[in-house]
Amino acid sequence: MTWSEMQPLLAQACWDTLYMVGWSTLIAVVGGLPLGILLVLTDRGGLLQNLAANKVIGQIVNIARSLPFIILMVALMTFTRWITGTTIGRAAAIVPLAIGAIPFFARLVETAVREVDHGLVEAVQAMGGNTWTVVRKVLVPESLPSLISSTTTTIVALIGYSAMAGTVGAGGLGDIAIRYGYQRFETQLMWITVAILAVVISAIQFAGDYAARSLHRRGAHSGPAPKLRLLKAAS
Amino acid sequence: MPLCPGTPTPAHSTVTETHVITTTDLTKVYRSRGREVTALDGVDLHVREGEVYGVIGQSGAGKSSLIRCVNLLERPTSGTVTVAGQDLTALAGRGPRAGRELRQARSRIGMVFQHFNLLSSRTVQDNVELPLEILGKSGTERSRKARELLDLVGLADKAGAYPAQLSGGQKQRVGIARALAGDPKVLLSDEATSALDPETTRSILALLRDLNRQLGLTVLLITHEMDVVKSVCDSAALMENGRIVESGTVSELLATPGSELAAALFPLDGEASGDDRTVLDVTFQGESATQPVISQLARTYNIDISILGAAIDTVGGLQVGRMRIELPGRYEDNVVPIGFLREKGLQVEVPGRESALVKEGAK
Repeated sequence: MTWSEMQPLLAQACWDTLYMVGWSTLIAVVGGLPLGILLVLTDRGGLLQNLAANKVIGQIVNIARSLPFIILMVALMTFTRWITGTTIGRAAAIVPLAIGAIPFFARLVETAVREVDHGLVEAVQAMGGNTWTVVRKVLVPESLPSLISSTTTTIVALIGYSAMAGTVGAGGLGDIAIRYGYQRFETQLMWITVAILAVVISAIQFAGDYAARSLHRRGAHSGPAPKLRLLKAAS
Repeated sequence: MPLCPGTPTPAHSTVTETHVITTTDLTKVYRSRGREVTALDGVDLHVREGEVYGVIGQSGAGKSSLIRCVNLLERPTSGTVTVAGQDLTALAGRGPRAGRELRQARSRIGMVFQHFNLLSSRTVQDNVELPLEILGKSGTERSRKARELLDLVGLADKAGAYPAQLSGGQKQRVGIARALAGDPKVLLSDEATSALDPETTRSILALLRDLNRQLGLTVLLITHEMDVVKSVCDSAALMENGRIVESGTVSELLATPGSELAAALFPLDGEASGDDRTVLDVTFQGESATQPVISQLARTYNIDISILGAAIDTVGGLQVGRMRIELPGRYEDNVVPIGFLREKGLQVEVPGRESALVKEGAK
């Protein structure tokens, strides 16, 4: 296979990956952020303490997280068809990707939000703020650097999951590597794909770390910057 | 009006007889895993308008629970809290969440914290604006008010800085400016100086004092440091095991025989009475502090008096002196000189002889 043959394949695959990961990240953040905050608020001692609700949400999140992505994808086919009208292609892959990523992101949000000093919550309550004010003015802004890191981790994980989306004909870089590189012995193409994935993931991790760090730094004097974590494990 | 921290302020007091914070039979019981801990055990607190009221006690005495019950950050198990004529416990409702009325009441009570509790993601200016955002004030009004307050606490030049760029004392000044944003009548101070060094503590206390005098702000502060009470408080209460064991204005406390607070405010060293000597603690206040009573005593009864220890200080704006003296002979031999001192308006205590005093008082 020559470079001129590979190029359109790779370009299309990059675009497919970007499309799937982009949309599913967006949905995961929109769905996972409130879920993660809810997990903190409903927990013991939380502002909306409701242990029953907390248990239920926690269990759903745990179950969804424990399913391997490829099984989730198959299990959700009916739902996917109901949403997108099809079970194959890029749009169909976004549904299980997003649903797999929501609980993943929610747990990361939960951890990040829990780190926020309770004294700040109290200060806002003492000013007459309600729960919504606490969420908007304290929990989210104060945990923003961690939330950005969590988003980065989620994107990297989603790129990993999206490799399996090839099984429903959604394309993408992982699909190319398997179909051409593994099944048709196009070793060269496979290595190029791997290299592209490595570069893309490094770039995302770098950008995420940079954003989190610069947000964090506006508080600190000139504290030591957190170490760059390139190629963070995708799970 | 800008006000430089630390400048001497007119010593006129703004204290009135109206009670602005009142707690009645306040009880707080924490239940966790079947165990019950009583943090507050029937606390009655009366803070008069315009005074600085200090609650002192060791950690675990319940003072933190008390101050957090005043704005209902902590729900009391029973009892009532009234702030500025409003029964907050009645506003609280039953659920754990604060309703609109309670939140409005809270916005009129300022609070400063030991660890400042400033939002690290916001600038100093934005931190001070936060309560105004919650009150729904417009952007221009917020920034005008915030600048005014930062000027008041002497931090006008730090408006654009982030909290992490400030020193502890500066952070607490921001905390105070923020607490004043809602124009409160009452300021609650939860160990506001406990995380600060002695010098910064003094400047923050001076600021609180100035605000108290200039804005007529009532301050309820809790602390474990006697110096805080000594330097700013008009009244004080001592808490032990969830109860208030002593309370009153500083001069009332000093006039109370055997008052632990008075003794702690004026610690005196020296051995107690023996067979051939009598040790007395003499407290002077106001008028009597200017009379040469000790030399009068020596001349009148022709006795030798040794001074074992003495301190003169200003407590809550009041000139107070305390002295530990030794007279020759047993207590029974010195009843007449002691009577003389009492007649002169001095308060005389015999350390380690509380029971004798009580008997004498009963006579």
